[in-house]
Amino acid sequence: MSVLYALYSEPDDVQKAVDNLRKAGVPEREIVVISSEPIEEYEFSHRDKATWLYWIAGGGGALGLTFGTWLTRMTELAWPLPTGGMPIVAWWPNLIVMFELTMLGGILATVITLFITAKIPTRENTLYDRAVSDGKILVGVESPAEGARNAIEKALGAGFVGGR
Amino acid sequence: MKEATAKRIADDLLRPLLNTSWRFFLLVAILGAIVLTGASAWMYQVWNGFGESGKRWPVFWGFYITNFVFWIGISHAGTLISAILRLVNAGWRRPVTRCAEVITAFALMIGAMFPIIHLGRPWLFFWLMPYPNQRRIWPNFRSPLVWDFFAISTYLTGSVLFLVLPMIPDFALVRDKTTGVRRKFYGTLALGWQGTTKQWHRLESAMQIMAIAIIPVAVSVHTIVSFDFSMAPVPGWHSTIFGPYFVAGAIFSGIAALIIAMAGLRKFLHLEDYLHPVHFANLGKLLLMMSLLWTYFVFAERLTTWYGNGTSEMNVFWVTQTGSYSPLYWTMVICNFVIPFPILSLRRTRTVTGCVIASCSVVVGMWLERFLIVVPTLGHKYLPYSWGPYQPSKVEIMIMISTFAAMGLLYTLFAKFVPIISIWELKVGEHPFPIEAAAQVKEHAILRTNP
Repeated sequence: MSVLYALYSEPDDVQKAVDNLRKAGVPEREIVVISSEPIEEYEFSHRDKATWLYWIAGGGGALGLTFGTWLTRMTELAWPLPTGGMPIVAWWPNLIVMFELTMLGGILATVITLFITAKIPTRENTLYDRAVSDGKILVGVESPAEGARNAIEKALGAGFVGGR
Repeated sequence: MKEATAKRIADDLLRPLLNTSWRFFLLVAILGAIVLTGASAWMYQVWNGFGESGKRWPVFWGFYITNFVFWIGISHAGTLISAILRLVNAGWRRPVTRCAEVITAFALMIGAMFPIIHLGRPWLFFWLMPYPNQRRIWPNFRSPLVWDFFAISTYLTGSVLFLVLPMIPDFALVRDKTTGVRRKFYGTLALGWQGTTKQWHRLESAMQIMAIAIIPVAVSVHTIVSFDFSMAPVPGWHSTIFGPYFVAGAIFSGIAALIIAMAGLRKFLHLEDYLHPVHFANLGKLLLMMSLLWTYFVFAERLTTWYGNGTSEMNVFWVTQTGSYSPLYWTMVICNFVIPFPILSLRRTRTVTGCVIASCSVVVGMWLERFLIVVPTLGHKYLPYSWGPYQPSKVEIMIMISTFAAMGLLYTLFAKFVPIISIWELKVGEHPFPIEAAAQVKEHAILRTNP
């Protein structure tokens, strides 16, 4: 995959570069902004914000609750243990196990979804520069269209570093 | 943020990872030796039998269960406080959260070891786990000990993930700042993190969900630990107040442990520029509030017992107020209320030193509280023929001391290999919010349609 990128010190310059890339006709999905910390104050960082993560976490919780209900009830029916005058399927104490498994389901679903959507772990990062860790902000274009190189270089302006 | 500021933050917080002094090796050697001694004491007990512990009829829960409850309580420092501060978006939390979350992970691991040590035959601990087996026996879900297994496992899993996820961007930073073996090591831990806007959004959303999920789990864990006692119809234990009383006590001791840990990091890693007196003052205020809340719970619990005047309840009551356990009881009151209250109430004494003194006092007081919950009750059950004393053995004392050393050792090693303050979160805290940028965000077409 070919890439072209620029490095900037100031977020204002990043915003201009992103706007210029849009004006140059670069599709939104091909523009990548990389920084060493989230920068919430600018529009460019608000791309890709929409997420299903909250719903998936809820779904994981529901799955955990179902599993907890099945595990406790099935176990108690399969090996009935009369305990302290309680019914064989004792919902009050079962609720504790069901609660813990609900929360565990939600937590695990969140983390798994994070890993999948953030595409980690990965060993192939074609678009990266170690200068990001020194505070620079990278703006790049992944797989630019044939013949668009000059327009992208112009849009990225003074921060243009090069590409692969 | 200015590059110079970013560089200064990274340099300061990566210094402990990149430079190692002889003091580090000396500390690790001392703490490691104590831990090894404790491990040897445990092996000695395993080899010679449970008689090497001080447990005799009628007190079969002694130091081990006291320490179990104590360490699970200490674990409430981190994740719970961190999660609450994240959700309310408290800016001052940034340098504090990781220091706190680490305490949770390690304290839970140490605490969870005690029921295994207490088993006598620790190699059979897996009998607690629910899985189909050739014994055709499944755990009884009506037992609080099985609830413990589920609660602690969930809390440990959640806490470790809550700690590890925000560490990934910092590992990427260390990867970029190092060379050779270190670069490979931290590169592996960074999981290929780039720092794209999408990755940041997903990480922040995940942390928010985790924070929401972990708070009720943390509360449930210590409530369930309290159920180990309150589900038994035993004088001094069978109380509806035990759940919230234990949770309050756990948060109380947890904050105290956090203050001590932060003071140690500040002093030995020279983090004065990041862990400011205001952080200690704020945590000191929280500690003061928890001291008052704990005192309220103790009063409510004791008053109810005294007013009810049940014979068996009063036997336990008087043995702690005026009997053989009264020196420990009143030391507990002094440590948890009399000492911290004035220190933390006055702004003049709510300094770093003042908060550390109050916190040390609270840690001692809360350990005594756990001991006083466990032992006097077991030694004074319904009928006088079943009364008896408890004297901890050298093995129990050594194992207890070694767990404090283990906590110190794990914390020291963690601070050596991982930035103990979240670098990227600290950088976010340094962001100004430019008026022009705010206007730009407001006016931008994409945000208008998709806020």
